[in-house]
Amino acid sequence: MATPYIHRTIDAVWRIESARLIASLTRIVHDVGLAEDLAQGALVAALEQWPQSGIPDKPGAWLMTTAKHHAIDQIRRNIRLERKTEELGRDLEIEQKLGVPELDVDSDEDMGDDLLRLIFIACHPVLSKEARVALTLRLLGGLTTDEIARAFLVPEPTIAQRIVRAKRTLSEAHVPFEVPVGNEREARLSSVLEVIYLIFNEGYSATSGDDWMRPALCEDALRLVRILAELVPNEVEVHGLVALMEIQASRLRARVGPSGEAIPLLEQNRGRWDQLLIQRGFAALLRADSVGVALGPYRLQAAIAACHAQARTPEATDWERIAALYDALVQLAPSPIVELNRAVAVSMAFGAAAGLEIVDTLTTEPSLKHYHLLPTVRADLLTKLGRFNEAGEEFKRAAALTRNTRERELLLERAAAVMKG
Amino acid sequence: MRYMMMTKNDPNNPITPPSPEMYAAMDKLIEEMSKAGVLLATGGLGPNPTQVISSGGKIIVTDGPFAEAKEAVVGFALVEAKSKEEAIEFSRRFWQVAGDGAGEIYEVFGG
Repeated sequence: MATPYIHRTIDAVWRIESARLIASLTRIVHDVGLAEDLAQGALVAALEQWPQSGIPDKPGAWLMTTAKHHAIDQIRRNIRLERKTEELGRDLEIEQKLGVPELDVDSDEDMGDDLLRLIFIACHPVLSKEARVALTLRLLGGLTTDEIARAFLVPEPTIAQRIVRAKRTLSEAHVPFEVPVGNEREARLSSVLEVIYLIFNEGYSATSGDDWMRPALCEDALRLVRILAELVPNEVEVHGLVALMEIQASRLRARVGPSGEAIPLLEQNRGRWDQLLIQRGFAALLRADSVGVALGPYRLQAAIAACHAQARTPEATDWERIAALYDALVQLAPSPIVELNRAVAVSMAFGAAAGLEIVDTLTTEPSLKHYHLLPTVRADLLTKLGRFNEAGEEFKRAAALTRNTRERELLLERAAAVMKG
Repeated sequence: MRYMMMTKNDPNNPITPPSPEMYAAMDKLIEEMSKAGVLLATGGLGPNPTQVISSGGKIIVTDGPFAEAKEAVVGFALVEAKSKEEAIEFSRRFWQVAGDGAGEIYEVFGG
């Protein structure tokens, strides 16, 4: 086999196996940083040996055996150096665990538990949000630091340092490798969901498409959330997030025009929506229903996304239902942006005046001061109400706020058109 | 990226009906790949296809089975993979369970 080909194959094997490998190793050595080093060591060994020997039948098991051998070597080296007995005791215990010769003994259930623990540790609140995102992509997505850096448009050393620091922080804080229970569980799970959705949105908001790595983040995030849903099948919000992301991803092809411009939801060609992903989204919502009745923010947003997915034409949209869902969402997770979305839904369901009433309460909101969609929405509603001069001023204000050149041109055209009459 | 993996039958080497063990192993593999978030759809295809030919604005429909069909598609799996090599890795896992046989992997382009 040609070397470049085998290197790409090893990359693929790594992507499939690395998370499980690091998860199992972390359970044994009690340190996620060390576990990752051991896993990386096994990868280096594969890169050295597989071009000659070929890909082993069970590449995952091969990597695991190799990593365990490295761990044993390292522990023996440490034991030869004289050290405190307590550390020695712990290392001997680890060596005993490593000594288990049969490598396929980990049941699927154990494996799943380890993977879940790894997800929780990567998204631990002791880390900054940026660190959680980077560590999750690295440990669970199998991405290289270079790939993460390109996806987030930051220099590679920044990401490398972020990951090193994150691993050190986890180690120094003695964060246990466990699945949180009780009161802690909900908060920790919502941190996990937040990280996954952040990754998804980073890819989803990339409309330029100069670099394939950014849209690929949507795929990484989707794969992660699908895995999570199987690991914690009784969590309503996890299925809610699966549904939300599947349905949003169904519009990926339809939301960007030929010259890279963003196409708003109501103007998208619905024939280009991916029906397979929509179906998967609906299935996830049904699963959420079967698991529990609790309404969380992700489930509500998924229900809103489902309303749009269900409508064959924009006119067929059930705006009253969407307005009601936004009502619930704004109570559960109040934010000016959600309130602005609610205003739009209310205007579609009950008329422009009702929508404008809500929008007018937001004009003094400091966090929306530079948000171009606020004057855009306001201008739309004023136009519908026949207040053309005010609408024109709002379109101009929106044009001054947007950073997108094409959008600015469009807004200025609308301002001119509406003021002409 | 999406890849369509298709298994074909080889008339010179007809697929033997799978044993219960192989069925169980295949079920497990399908479950694992679904849980891993990569398998989007999969299924087996019936032995009696209907052939449709469009020619000069006319549609000619012929019911199978077609004895002369050398390499009929007998099953498919639609997977979401990061690369062609990853799709090949999934395929390798499939054939480790399925035994001897042949198939093809196509990248699926979005419309």
